[in-house]
Order: sequence, then C-alpha cells, then structure tokens
Amino acid sequence: MMKTLFSAVALLASSLAMAAGPTIPLDKAPIDLRDQASLQNGAKLYQNYCLGCHQMQYQRYSRTFKDLGIPEELGMEHLMFTGEKVGDHITNSMPAEYAETSFGVLPPDLTNVARVRGADWLYTYLRTFYVDESRPFGVNNKVFPQVGMPHVLQELQGVPTRAYETRLVDGQSTEVYVGIRTDGSGELSTEEYDRAVADLVNYLVYTGEPTKLESHALGTKVLIFIFIFFVLAYFLKKEYWKDVH
Amino acid sequence: MFKNMMSWIEYRLPFMDKLNLHVVQYPAPKNFNFWYFFGSLAIVVLINQIVTGIWLTMSYEPSAEGAFASIEYIMRDVEYGWLLRYMHSTGASAFFVVVYLHMLRGMMYGSYQKPRELLWIFGMLIFLVLMAEAFMGYMLPWGQMSYWGAQVIISIFGVIPFIGDDLTLWIRGDYVISGATLNRFFALHVIALPLVLVVLVFLHIMALHEVGSNNPDGIDIKRDNDGTVELTEADKKFTFHQYFTRGGKKVIVDAIPFHPYYTVKDLVGLAGFLFIFAFVIFFMPEGGGFFLEPPNFEVANPMKTPDHIAPVWYFTPFYAILRAIPDPLFGAIAMFASIIALALLPWIDRGKVRSVRYRSELHRWNLVMFCVSFVVLGVLGVLPATPTYTILSQIFSFTYFAFFGLLWVYSKNEKTKPLPVRLT
Repeated sequence: MMKTLFSAVALLASSLAMAAGPTIPLDKAPIDLRDQASLQNGAKLYQNYCLGCHQMQYQRYSRTFKDLGIPEELGMEHLMFTGEKVGDHITNSMPAEYAETSFGVLPPDLTNVARVRGADWLYTYLRTFYVDESRPFGVNNKVFPQVGMPHVLQELQGVPTRAYETRLVDGQSTEVYVGIRTDGSGELSTEEYDRAVADLVNYLVYTGEPTKLESHALGTKVLIFIFIFFVLAYFLKKEYWKDVH
Repeated sequence: MFKNMMSWIEYRLPFMDKLNLHVVQYPAPKNFNFWYFFGSLAIVVLINQIVTGIWLTMSYEPSAEGAFASIEYIMRDVEYGWLLRYMHSTGASAFFVVVYLHMLRGMMYGSYQKPRELLWIFGMLIFLVLMAEAFMGYMLPWGQMSYWGAQVIISIFGVIPFIGDDLTLWIRGDYVISGATLNRFFALHVIALPLVLVVLVFLHIMALHEVGSNNPDGIDIKRDNDGTVELTEADKKFTFHQYFTRGGKKVIVDAIPFHPYYTVKDLVGLAGFLFIFAFVIFFMPEGGGFFLEPPNFEVANPMKTPDHIAPVWYFTPFYAILRAIPDPLFGAIAMFASIIALALLPWIDRGKVRSVRYRSELHRWNLVMFCVSFVVLGVLGVLPATPTYTILSQIFSFTYFAFFGLLWVYSKNEKTKPLPVRLT
C-alpha cells in the first residue's frame, strides 16, 4: 500500500521536472535594484525605444525620478518628450485602433511585465530576435515564436541571425542552434548590448514593484522586532508555567 | 468610585463574569501541544484580514474599468498601501494554512467526536464561507487569473441539471463575468461574508466552551463527582468558573485556566507564526507564484484566455478531484462530496477512542494516507491536466474517499490501546 503511494509520488515528481516551458533555456538576468546608474540607463532606453508603443500607465514620472535619483529638471529635459507634467503617469498617445491594425494586437502595458513574465524571460527575449523574412516585420524570436513586435533595438544590436554548429548527435552530424550572432552593424558590441538589455530589464523589474527595496529594509527591522518579541514571550511563558510543571 | 461604577455595570451586564467564564476561569487541558496554536492563530489572521481589508476598501474601486488600476494605485501611490495589500493577500493564504492545520489537529485527536459534533459542523461552515470569501476576494484585483479563475469556478455550478445555466447567470448577474459580477462580489466580500464569518466564529467558540476543549489524549478532564476521582495537589490549585463544575456535580482534573497559561503560550506561537508571515510579506509576497499568480499582474482580458488556468493553491485539492472525473456533473458531485465527507466525520467515525495515540495502527496509516492524498491532489490541481496527471488525480481521489470508507468500516470494532486515567 505505502509502496504504491511512494512510487506514485516519485512518478509525479519526475514528470513535474518535464513540465512545459520555453523552447530554449532562459539566461539569468543580472538584476541589481541598488544600481541606480543601470536603472537610469534602463529608463532612458525605455523612454526612447519602448514607450512609443508600450505604455507604463501605472507608474508616475515623479516616482521614477525620485526612486532612481534623477533630479526633476534633468528628468523632464531628457526623459519626458511630449510636455507632460512630472506627476503624470508614463503614457503614450498611440490610438488603440491604430496599434491593433499595425501589430495585430494592442502592445501590452509594461509596468508589471517583469512580474508577469519574469526578468530572465525578458532578458532572453530581448536578446533572441533573429532575421526571418516570412514574418511581417522580418524578424522572429526564439523565446516568443511568431511574435508581433519588430526588433526595435536593432540599431543597437545590429542585424541578428541564428548561429548553428555541426555537432555529432547519436553518431549523426546535426545542425545545433548555439545562439544569436549579429553582423556588427549595431551601435553596441555584443557585451554592450547585453549590458543595455540588462539595464532595461532591471528598470522593468523596478517598475513592477517600486517598493521592493523599501520592503526589504522595513522587513529586516520587523523580523528583528518579532524575534525579540519571541524571546521575551518564550521566557514569559516559561515563568508562568512554573506553576503548572 | 471606580468600584461602584464597575458593579453598576456588572449588575446590568455581567462582563467580568463572562470574562471569567470564557477566559480567566476557563478550564483548559494542561497538555495542549504545537497543534493547538492554530485556532488562536486563525483568529489573529481573521482580525488581520478585517483590519487591512477596511483600509484597502478606502482606495479600491470596484469597477471593471477601475479595479486593476486602483490596486496599482494602492501599490504605488497610497502610503504603505503595498504593505496593506501584501498583508491582505498573504493573509488569505495564511488563513488556509492555519485552518488546514487546525482541521488536521481535529482529525488526529478526534475532536469531532461526541460531544463535539456541532462544534465540528460550525467549523466546516466556517471553512465553506472562508472558501467563498477567498474566491470572491481573488476576483477583486481584476487580473487575468481573477477573471479566468472565476470563470472556471462559476462554470462548475453550470453542470447542475436543469437549473445550471440559470444559476450561473444569477451568480454572475450578467451573461459573462463583468463589472456587475465584480460589484456584487465586492459587496459580498467586504460586508456579507465577513459578517457571517464573525458570527460563525463566535458560535464555534461558544460551542467549544460549552463542551470543553479536547486534548491530545482525547480523554475528558471533567469527571462526575462520585467520590471516585482522586484529586492531586495541582488539581486543587486553580479555581474554575462554577458553570463548569455544575455546582459541584463535576470535578475537573489536569486543567489550567486559559488565562494566563494559554494566553502566554499562544503569544509564543503567535511570535513564531508572525516571523514566517512577515518574512513572506516583506521578502516573497508572491509566495513563489502561489499566493499572487504571475498572470494576475496583467489586467483581465475577456478576449485572451491564459495558457494555463489554475485556481489558487488552497482550492487545488478539491479542483483536482473535480477534474479527475471526466463527466463534469459527476466531477462536481465528487468535489462537493469530498467536503461533505469531512463535515460528516463525526458520524462516519464510529469509534469511541478519540486520539490517534490510542487508536489502531490501521487508523494511523489511514490518516497518513488521507494527508498524502490531500497534498498530492493539491499539487496535481496546480498542474495542467495531462493524461498521466489525470490518472494520478483519479488514484488519489480514490484514496481520499477511501479514508472515509475504511474509517467507517474499521471504527465500529476497532482494536484500540487502553486509555490513560489522567492526561499524560
């Protein structure tokens, strides 16, 4: 009886390991919410390359400036383009009908995208566009096949293609996908591009939960308080229970 | 002056007497262990939910257009709004954690057996209302899982013959889940169900204090005062409310007053619980994607079905039973039966010995099988319904129900160990 139970649990665990996921393994995103230079660069990239289509309608400019250590005048000059007020939400003015006819779907709001997709997914996704002439915008993506989005960072990365290597698999030589290569026409080197994407993802992780650092700082104090409370409560209990034992 | 005032009040409303009856002179068995923390913890979590809930409603907007944005407003613009929201969302999961452990305690020590059947029934009603409360609360953020999870759960009622379609229409208040559904769920979540919950908790505690607490040994601490009961020095040390001694007809052994002994002990349990609770709130509020599911950070979109819809973790054992049976109607029946069976435990279990400590080896393993089934079904309910998982769900649904069937059979003439005379 118990044997059957255990083998069933083991079977369940082994099949869990094979649960569905993206077709390629995700790269680990180097996220550091304390790195303000990285977050500022991420914000700059977002304003220049993403905001045209993707709103960030739950985050305010003022919040971003405050949390990222950007002086308001500087932020208004370099990160706000269409005369908004500093307390406004980060929105664009693309009409929904236009977006839907251009891309097939309304480009999603990205305020919380890092909480929906995860940082690693975003980091890999933005680095795995490749040329595919069969697609409307001439590019496809390894993490998000048949994606409706053009490769907006192409001027930074250069023209990306899939690289294959001939490898011996089970005695047969097979073409194996080994990654994305660019033709070097972009403004950034591969390392610089990876760094830029990491900065952008870092910023998206921040906007998903702007209170994270505050939460960790306060949480540490709360846990210390509760621990002291636990010790006091324990000795109080011991003292009272002397009557019982 | 103060004394006069107190006695003036006491004469009209015997507050001090009730306080003695239920707290200061309430006889509690002296051998409560770890498992007895979860009742008081459930009350703490209930208070947490009510208080944080009140503050959340101050900034929440119950409309299909504004709900999601108002949650983000709470998370970003309201002072400590993120903390209130995480305390509330983590509290929902914590509620089920403590309630499931509280129920398991009852099953281990036979706390549902005579004369505590009504107490158990009130507990099951609390559990049912809690499930409805949690389900309706989960819809309020109006994220993708709020919407599609609700779609799945409401459609369960649609399988009822003849009235199913009308019933789901009546629940939704619309042909699809919409702002109308959101508004009524909001009303039920913040007013109707919490009121019912508080009343049921009150009745649960009143019923408990009437019959008295069970204990890990499952033997009575109130004995007939027929002169055969030997009282120890410890028994004579404490005064209990005369209500419990029935004017000398009963004597109480191995008991201690609830206050201060269990209030200080529960404080220790509370601190331990709060440490874990605060850790989740501050450092992992999503609970690994189980307390706040990733798709729920995306606003509800009736045109876009998520790849994989899973109810929140505390519903998944029952959801797995629902899915295990191919026919939707029988699946729904099985799911409701799995909860009804729990409610009927006092009558399914025909044993006279309460605690697992003194019951048969068979009972011990039967209980283990039940726990394993419940946990594995919980895991399966999260996973997509592949053929392998469906077969596993069927196996563990069977063992879940087998617990009750076996219990009914062997409990009649169970070979139990001798009970101790006094608490150990």
